[in-house]
Amino acid sequence: MVKSKGTRISDFIIAAIMFLFILVCILPMINLAARSFSSPMAIVHREVSFWPVGFTLESYQYAFRDPAFSRSLIWTVFLTIICTVVSMVMTILCAYPLTYDSLKGKKVFTTIMVLTMYFSAGTIPNYILLKNLDWIDKPWVLIIPNCLSVFNVIILRSFFMGIPESMRESAELDGANPFVVLTKIYLPLSTAVLATLALFYAVGRWNGFSDALMYMTDKRFAPIQLKLYEIIRNLSAIEVQAEGIASNAPAASDGMKAAAVMIATVPILLIYPWLQRYFITGVTVGAEKG
Amino acid sequence: MKSSTAMAQPYKRLTPQQRSSKRINYFKRTWMLYLMLVLPMLFFFVFRYIPMGNIIIAFEDYSMFKGIFASPFVGFKWFAQAFQSNDFYNALRNTFVLNILDLIIGFPAPIILAILLNELAFKRYKKVSQTIAYMPHFLSWIIVSALATELLGPSTGVVNTLLISLGMQPIDFLMDKTLWVVTYLFLGVWKEIGWNTIIYLAAITGINAELYEAAEVDGAKRLRKIWHVTLPGLRPTIVVLLIMAMGRILGSEFDRPYALMNPMVLPVADLISTLVYRVGIKSFQFSYTAAIGLFQSVVSVIFLIGSNKIAKRVGDRGIW
Repeated sequence: MVKSKGTRISDFIIAAIMFLFILVCILPMINLAARSFSSPMAIVHREVSFWPVGFTLESYQYAFRDPAFSRSLIWTVFLTIICTVVSMVMTILCAYPLTYDSLKGKKVFTTIMVLTMYFSAGTIPNYILLKNLDWIDKPWVLIIPNCLSVFNVIILRSFFMGIPESMRESAELDGANPFVVLTKIYLPLSTAVLATLALFYAVGRWNGFSDALMYMTDKRFAPIQLKLYEIIRNLSAIEVQAEGIASNAPAASDGMKAAAVMIATVPILLIYPWLQRYFITGVTVGAEKG
Repeated sequence: MKSSTAMAQPYKRLTPQQRSSKRINYFKRTWMLYLMLVLPMLFFFVFRYIPMGNIIIAFEDYSMFKGIFASPFVGFKWFAQAFQSNDFYNALRNTFVLNILDLIIGFPAPIILAILLNELAFKRYKKVSQTIAYMPHFLSWIIVSALATELLGPSTGVVNTLLISLGMQPIDFLMDKTLWVVTYLFLGVWKEIGWNTIIYLAAITGINAELYEAAEVDGAKRLRKIWHVTLPGLRPTIVVLLIMAMGRILGSEFDRPYALMNPMVLPVADLISTLVYRVGIKSFQFSYTAAIGLFQSVVSVIFLIGSNKIAKRVGDRGIW
């Protein structure tokens, strides 16, 4: 169909509006990157906007020189890997049996699971539980209490249900038990959705803040977001002084804050575009079934 | 296959031996499935249902040393105390006001963006726009607050640099109460607008293309097609998401206000979640804050049920 002149003009108006929108999305990130690569003096003199002035890696060196920051970064990488593995195992273990229509008690298990989406006990009752278990300040308090997301279970289960049952039945006739069917048929066919869920879990842990704030007062196990919060709020220099390690440690400069935030952000920005197709499917399925 | 034989069987009389061998057979086939469910169900029991039992401390004078069972029962004392407290009243009002403003501004925004994206004529450009639009969703609120303070900072932020170069006074956005609310709302839209288009874009894809063709035959232009085809096609999705959003009207995020707030703006920024953290976990008033949390949950459930009822009366399917 030939487009009318009016339609073509409105095409360009829409394209221009989208261009403005994209600018609003990315300019804050570009500003941050520019500051992280600029000399501290240029920042103080308000010379930096969206391009580095007096290019230097000083801020990054300064950030990595803070041993608590590097340690927190390494710990968070480790924590994220462990959490993702634990969460994926739990999600698969929960989703797969619930795809069997013949499983007795399936309704009960599903109800137990889904109810927790609508009713949650709240901050204090959760805290009391972990306090009673004596899990406060233990490293696994950042792994176990939130290792299973019902939303993700529902996404995975509905994906599993889309796999033809005849494949399972013919494998069962050949004598395969449910575990073999899971590992040899279901998992290989679901790599896309598994990658999406792993991304959700990994990003969730990498970005997780409130559980660390509430349950982890031991600085050795502070994940990166908690450490970043301290750096941004100038809390860490004060604490260093209180511990008497370096009594004249300066508060973090704006450039160093920007570098620290960049270091914590770049890994995510590198990963998510590759999984876009998958997480769109995941969100859509989750919205339909959930 | 299996289910059809199961359906046909009950009418056949089985001897006790046959019945027990059937049961053994079933168990042989499925014991692994039950084994798999042990850990997830244990997880839900320990980390989701036991805390629900802990809610009882809202009616007790709970002390960590006496424990949940030995602490004295005090009835509705903490609820009464909450309603006489200015801090609670403040947090309740802020939670309500900020959520309603969020709903008014944040709810229509992704619908508009999704329609714009859908109308975008250049396919490659559309894909790039989408990828960039999803980006802020993957940033934590700590990082977003850092972006905001670097951008809006009164001494070196770009926005204030611009204001100063225009001969204006620098503005400290995060220290002024009104501007803090505006920033809070704007950052919320900024972070989630792109992500929230995903569902709407999927719904638009599901609209029957013949409807657009028919509208074109009738001479409808772009705006008329949006109004008469796209928006009606989105209506069920909008209703469901609106119900869910209304159910959250008294819910409160934690990371977002906590990362953005400072003592200057506490009167407008303190939400129920941040109040519970500060008074409960930081100052150990567990029973009092458990009561506040319980009040919040109960009101939220009432809102959810209420908005679902309204949606059904209006004629849409609701969420259950």
